[in-house]
Parts: sequence; structure tokens; C-alpha cells
Amino acid sequence: MAKVTAGVGVSHVPAIGVAMDTGLTEQPYWQPVFEGFKFSRTWMKESKPDVIVLVYNDHCTAFSAECIPTFALGCAAEFAPADEGWGPRPVPVLKGHQELASHIAQSVILDEFDLTIMNAMEVDHGATVPLSVMFGDMEEGDEWPCLVIPLCVNVVQYPPPTGNRCYNLGKAIRRAVDSYPEDLQVMVFGTGGMSHQLQAERAGLINPEWDKRFLDLLTEDPVAGSQIPHVEYMREAGSEGIEMVMWHVMRGALDDEVTEVHRHYHIPASNTAVGHIILENKS
Amino acid sequence: MTKKDYDDIPGTFVFDADRSRQGYHLNMFCSSLRLAKNREAMQADPEGYMAGFPMTAAQIEAVRERDWNGMLALGGNIYYTSKLAAFDKINFQDLAAMMTGVSRDEYRDMMLNGGRSIEGNRYTSEWEDK
Ligand SMILES: [Fe+2]
Repeated sequence: MAKVTAGVGVSHVPAIGVAMDTGLTEQPYWQPVFEGFKFSRTWMKESKPDVIVLVYNDHCTAFSAECIPTFALGCAAEFAPADEGWGPRPVPVLKGHQELASHIAQSVILDEFDLTIMNAMEVDHGATVPLSVMFGDMEEGDEWPCLVIPLCVNVVQYPPPTGNRCYNLGKAIRRAVDSYPEDLQVMVFGTGGMSHQLQAERAGLINPEWDKRFLDLLTEDPVAGSQIPHVEYMREAGSEGIEMVMWHVMRGALDDEVTEVHRHYHIPASNTAVGHIILENKS
Repeated sequence: MTKKDYDDIPGTFVFDADRSRQGYHLNMFCSSLRLAKNREAMQADPEGYMAGFPMTAAQIEAVRERDWNGMLALGGNIYYTSKLAAFDKINFQDLAAMMTGVSRDEYRDMMLNGGRSIEGNRYTSEWEDK
């Protein structure tokens, strides 16, 4: 049977992708950002997931203002990195696991989560940066070491789904994975955040105390974390900090009790506090 | 419009349905620039290219002037307007400097020193003396 082995929370700051793509990772500005992913890359190599369910948000790339699905599951065979205005990132195309994706879609829809199904979709930095930081640099011709099922969450137009809804969707995804007959090791990534505001006169807002509390709750009291209201994210962690609701999908897919095996926090990457956590199921 | 619980966050435009409605054509214009062929068309004839989107006169003026906060006030959203910034070769950090009215270096230094503190920046009432 398929099983969920671990969850990863990680920021997906576009500038981190640029730093990797242009060879800046050893510079003093970037070195401490990447230092915190050394452990993670070794851990990924040892854990060898077959599939990652990658929860992220599209930044007006695959979806324009014309269509804004709250949850959209990538069921395609592959997902190419998109041109976001600077040309596509030079990273491999993501390969999906179509059968598992369709199984998850059917299972969670019958579980009353009304997903949008994407049979063609390009992915932006929200999906490619987490893979880059966790797997490291890719050479031309390389493939990502595992299959990826992207799950897009709307956090662009208010309101995003509540933390509670995200947490419960995670639980539904867990039930779907648990009922899939093939032996697969599945990881769930929750991406975005941490505190940051990109817009208007309050841009640059960072709140490390709030971020730390968020990470603590994620590990120790995920139900309490899932009840944080939207206005608190926007006021305390910046208008774009609300991306952190996506981490609750990841947490919901894990056991109630988990082992925190790694945590990394650094200010800044561009406008953003970088946060990263690895949680393993005990079973 | 009804009162919203996020109206008292200072220096912030929450991109809700009201703003989305107001900024729809502006945002469609901005997001179109994600494609190379549209960037080329915009480069060749900015006025002609903008005319393809039924924006208001004020929105067109804000685009012409690259009034980044003005675009947000007229219903733009940062993820869309950042595509116009990318067209101008301006990244998110430099765009943020422009929107906060400081130089590129001042903004970068603020971020290196831990960013903008939450203290004094939670409520519009805290900004009244500014
Ligand atoms: Fe994001």
C-alpha cells in the first residue's frame, strides 16, 4: 500500500531560484539561506520518496484573473516550468503520477472536497523552488529524482481557503494515499511564507516571533495552528504571509504526533523570511 | 461596502472580490506580459498594446507613470503588477523599494537588518502621526 512518510514545509521565494540558477549560492547574502538545506538534501537522498504531493500557489502564471480555483490538482503526465516574465527556469519538467493523482482526485471529491482537475498545467516558482532547494542543482538532461503531483491553492484573491479547510483536505489526501494499492512512499510538501509583504507601503514586514510560534504549533498542536484566522496572518505576518495556510494541508496529511527532524529559519531572502521544517511520521 | 476586519491594516491593499472586480482589466493586461510575444508587442507599441485592454483612464495613466502603489489602489494585485515590473526588468525587492519610497540600497539594508518590524505596523491608528 502507499503511505505518507513525511512532510516538508518550505518557503518558495523566487529569488532563491534565481540565486541557484545564476550560481550565487556561495555569496555571503545567500550562503546562510542554503546552509539550512544541506541536511535536507542528504535527508531527501536517504528517504527516497516515490512521489511528492506538492502544495503550492500559482502566482498569476497558470491562472490569470479569468479563473481562480480554490484547489486545483495536477493530474497531467507532466508539468513544464512556466515563463513568469523572465523566461522559464532552467530546471527539469516535473513528471506526474497520473494514476495516484486521479485516485486522490476521486477519493477527496467523494470525501466532499470539490477539487478542480488540471489535465494540462505549467508550474511557476511556487512549485520549482521547493524542489530545487530540497534536491539541489540540476544539470541539463537531469530529471527530478521522483514524481510530483502539484496541488494549487488560491492565495492570491482573498479569501484563500481557511487553515481548517486546508488541514482537513490534508487529512482527506492522507485517506486517499492510504487506500492506494501500489507500494509507494509519498511525501507532502507545504510551501510559501513565511512572514512577508510584497506590496504597498508596508512591504518588507517580517515577524520572526510570529513565525516561530507558527512552526511550534505546526509540530506540536496542528489543530490550534489550523484555527488561526486570515486577518491574523495578514496583520501579523504580512499580506503575502497568508500563503502559510498551505502548510496546514501538509500537516493534515501526517499523523497527529510527528517527529520534527529539522528546522531552518533565516531573514532575509529578498523580501521574505525563509522558513523550513521537516516532520516525519512515527509509524 | 460592508466593513472588513482587515481594513485597519496599514499600508496594505487586501486583494478581495471588490478589488478584483475593479482591477480586472488592469490585472489581465499585466498578466498578459508573462508571455514573450506579448512583451514584444508591448515593447513595440505600448499605447497600442494597452488599448487592447479596456482599462479606465486612471489605470492607463498609472501604468504609463509606473505608479506602482497607484495601480494597487485601482484594483491591481502585486502578483499581476510584478509582471509589468518584470517587463521593466525590476525584481520583487526593487519593486518593494519603489512602493515604500526608499532607495534600492536602503530597502536592501532594512531587509538585511531583519526587515520592517511588526511593532507600530499592525493598525492604521499607529500610522496616523506619520
Ligand atoms: Fe508565493
